[in-house]
Formats: sequence, C-alpha cells, structure tokens
Amino acid sequence: MSALIHALFARGLFSTATVPTAAIVGALAAVSASAAGVFTVMRGQSFAGHALGDMSAAGGSAAFLVGVSPLAGFIGIGAVTAGAISAFASRGRRARDVSTGIVLGAGLGLAGLLLYLDTTRSSTTGAAVSVMFGSMFAVASSTLPAVAAATGFVLVCVAALYRPLLLSSASGELAAVQGVRVKLAEAGFLGVLVVAVALSALTVGAVLATALLIGPAATAVRVARRPGLAIVVAAAIGIGSTWVAIVLAYDSYYWSSSHAAWPVSFFVVGVIFVTYVAVEILSSVRSRRAKYRRARSVRSTR
Amino acid sequence: MSLNGCDPQVTLGRTAVLEVTDLTVVLGGRVVLDNVTFDLARGSVAGLIGPNGAGKTTLLKAILGFVTAQSGSLKRSAADGRAVAKVGYVPQKIDLDPDMPLRARDLVGLGLDGSRLGFPLPSRKRRTRIDEALEAVGAAQFADKRVGRLSGGEQQRVLIAHAVIRQPDLLLLDEPLANLDLRSEREVVDLVASLARDSGIASLVSTHDVNPLVGAMDKVVYLAAGKSASGRVDEVVTTEVLSALYGHQVDVLRVHGRVVVSAAPGPPPPHVDPVAKHLAEQVPR
Repeated sequence: MSALIHALFARGLFSTATVPTAAIVGALAAVSASAAGVFTVMRGQSFAGHALGDMSAAGGSAAFLVGVSPLAGFIGIGAVTAGAISAFASRGRRARDVSTGIVLGAGLGLAGLLLYLDTTRSSTTGAAVSVMFGSMFAVASSTLPAVAAATGFVLVCVAALYRPLLLSSASGELAAVQGVRVKLAEAGFLGVLVVAVALSALTVGAVLATALLIGPAATAVRVARRPGLAIVVAAAIGIGSTWVAIVLAYDSYYWSSSHAAWPVSFFVVGVIFVTYVAVEILSSVRSRRAKYRRARSVRSTR
Repeated sequence: MSLNGCDPQVTLGRTAVLEVTDLTVVLGGRVVLDNVTFDLARGSVAGLIGPNGAGKTTLLKAILGFVTAQSGSLKRSAADGRAVAKVGYVPQKIDLDPDMPLRARDLVGLGLDGSRLGFPLPSRKRRTRIDEALEAVGAAQFADKRVGRLSGGEQQRVLIAHAVIRQPDLLLLDEPLANLDLRSEREVVDLVASLARDSGIASLVSTHDVNPLVGAMDKVVYLAAGKSASGRVDEVVTTEVLSALYGHQVDVLRVHGRVVVSAAPGPPPPHVDPVAKHLAEQVPR
C-alpha cells in the first residue's frame, strides 16, 4: 500500500514548502479561469482571451525588469490591452478581432524588447522561460493574498453580472430590449477577463494562459447543459488538472536518472488537453449510439 | 377578418395599444420612414409587409425606442390606458452555438428577469411562470434541451416564450417566418393568433411574404420606400395595392375563402427588387 502511495506521490511531495502554495494558486486560478472562461467560450471571445494571455508576456517581463510582482505586471498590461482593444474596435465581432490582432502584434513586439532587456540587464536566461511558460512552484507565498483577492474580484463580478452577461451572450439585441446596458456589461466582463487571464498567466505562464482559460470551459460546455453547472464543471476540471500536474511534475524528478523535473505547466496543459479529447470522444460515441438506437427503434416500430 | 363588425375607427380609438402618427425617421441623410401612420388594436394581429429595405426593421426599432424619430408621434398605451404598454420583441433568429450551455428554459427565464444583477435564485414561483410560458407556446417537450440545438421553428417558439413571459401588451416579431419550413411557419402563425385571441397580446409581424399571414391577421401595414398604407386585409391585399407596392404585376386571387397572391408570369422587369423576384419564384402556379 505504501509502495503504491509512493509510486503515485513521490517522496517529499507533502513536505515541500512550495507545494501547498502551488496547489492553492493553481486552484484559485482554475476557479477564476472557469468563471470567466465559460462566458468567454459562450461569447466567442476566445481570441481576446488568447491575446490578453500573450500580451501578459510584456507585463510579466516589465514586472521582472522593475522588480515588482508578476501578477501586478499581468493585470497592468491586461488593463492597457483591454482598453486599447475596446478603443480600436468600432463595432461588430470582425472589427474587434482586427483590433485585437493589431494590439496583440504591437504587444508581442514590446514583450520581445522587454525580455531582451531582462536577459541582458540581469544576465539571467530564466526570465523568458518563467514569464512565457511560468511555474506554479515559483509563485512566492507572499503573493497568496493578492491571488485570493483577485479571485474574489472575478467571482463577485461574474455573480453580479451573471444574468445580463448570459442574455447578452445569447443575443445582444434581446439584452438591449430587456434594458441591459450591453456596452457596460461587456466592459465589466472585459475587466473580469483581464484579472482571470492574469491569474492564469501567473499559474501556467503568459503563453499557456489561454489553455487554462479556454480548455476546462470548452470541455465543460460539452458536458453541462446549464450555464451555472458549466462553470462548476470547468472549475472542477481546472482544479483537477492543476493538482494532478503538481503531482506529476514532482514525480517526474525521479523519472530519469538526470533528476531534472519536467515543467509543471506542461503537465497542466497536458491534462487539460487529454480531458478535452476524452470528453470529445465519449460524447461523440454517445451521440452515435443514441442515433443508432433511434434508428433501430424506428425500424422496429415499422 | 373584420374587426367584429364594429366601425374600425371607433374600435381602434378606444383600445389602440399602439398609435403611430406621421412618423418620419431619417438615418444617415436618407428618409427611411416617411410619414408612416397606423394603429394597432389590443389583441389584434397586424402584418408588417414590404420588400427588403422598405423600413420594416427601422419601424420595429423605432417602436422599441432604439431609433429616434425626426418627426411624428409614437404612442404605446397599456390596456387600462394608464401606463405605457409593455413591448415584447422576437428577433428573426439568434445565432447560438449548439454547445452553448443554455437550455430553452434558461432563455425563457432570462425573459423574466434577464436584466437583474446576480444569480437567479431558484423559486417555485419563477419555475412555474417559466413552465407556463413554455407550455403556452408548445415548447414544454424541449424545455430542457440546449437552445442552440433546436430547430428553427422550435427556437422561434422559445423566443416567443422569452418575449411573452412578462405579459406584454404588444409583441413585435421581426421576420419570424423566414427560414422556416411550411409546417413550422403555420404553427408559428397559429401561435401568434392564439396569443392575440387568448391573452390579448397585440402582434406586429414583419414579413416580406404575405401568404402565411393571410387569414390570421386582422390588419395589414404595408411599407414601400418608407411610405405606408394600412387597413383591413381585404382592403389592402388587392391586385392594385400589391402591384403598386412591388412595382410589378401581382395578382390577388380569392379561392375558397383563401387569398392567393401570385406573381404574373413572364420575365421580371429590369429593375425588379429582390422581394418581387422571391415572390415570383415562390408562387409558380
């Protein structure tokens, strides 16, 4: 029995100081990402979410350069990006995508410069990797209160905006007829998205932030028929993925004789992807079976 | 269908839910609605008919208050004459991903309280009202299915339930029959007629095709190039008026109490508008 436990959970997992911090940050980021992610998927704003994630590379590298918390850098650049996207997007989804693309291009260029400055000035090569691909184990425990506050912000906003957001996601026209101030709801959601993406970037890095935002949400909407339930399912998948990833990353230290643990972000994204594919296969098998059964029952009644 | 044999003027004057008088709307320098005048009695069904670009959507938006009129007046009065009439709106369709986690009953619930903040607290009263609205439009059997996976006709019913759950005095339907098969078309028309008859909800149904509404509507409001003509079906659905409207010979035949609208055979005139062409293709016999 203890051999099995040791096979699953490598020695020292529960006594390592960075593990609880990583587990808490991972769970909080997953919950925020799900609450924002389900609406992102419903509203077809995955590209904006992705752009915010990529842009946070600039924020993270700027934070690294001036020596402030990366979370502050992520949220700061996110707010600037969201403002720029909204300012350039005149109307309609296409205009929004174009302005997102333009802002994203400029931001990645800026990120390139800042990362270059990071590596030349501080002469560490780690900055680029940690900003782009992150590591839950690298999150300082002093960041926890800020992470908790950011999560609280996301949850309170999503709960407050729940119905107007849902209605305007289904149809802006219907929402306007009901007296929803659609533009205001949209702006509020963009604020939520900025903070949720910043938390994801802190957890899995700027480049992989989209995976945590979109992956569990996209899986959940396949399974759950109601919006509230979809958020809960996405959160469960997100928390599960980050925790399983922590265990696997810790285990991976012992996988090769060189004792080089694989990056935890790889495992987070890997578990999310595998879950998505598994659900996709299961639901297509199920719908094919249902079709077959229907066809058979039609034949038998003839 | 006449208005119960009463003098229309007297009937409308007393119970009109909507009075549009000399409404003129100018958008981007173009006169979209030009002195449009008509009224709509409580519990009646009116067809808003005209070719594409005639201003149907603009008129609906003006009634909803999303478009400001240059001149003229628009009065919405509730049944008791005190308050402003509540208006429900049914869009042509909503573009929902089949995977969007939103059941028919969720969308209908949002019709009740979609603009409020916070989660909808589950209550028996709310559930009952949603069930009743779904029942009223015949959507109970797919209440728990995702809206994005319903057929066009089913979605239309759910959208109507979404609009009527707050018991409006006036229901605006924007091209509800577009993209529906014949059977769904019939069902939606019957539903609108029964809402008018049983719940006293007046409806203004925009469509470019007269046929499905003939027999179900009490009144026609015609729009062509921003100008309007309104009246009873037998006054306005005539060869003269339709031909003038479409700028193309259109014959109105009455067969077994039904009105058959038929485009004249032969090549279409050079400046035929898309609707006249559509009509010509649709009514070959």
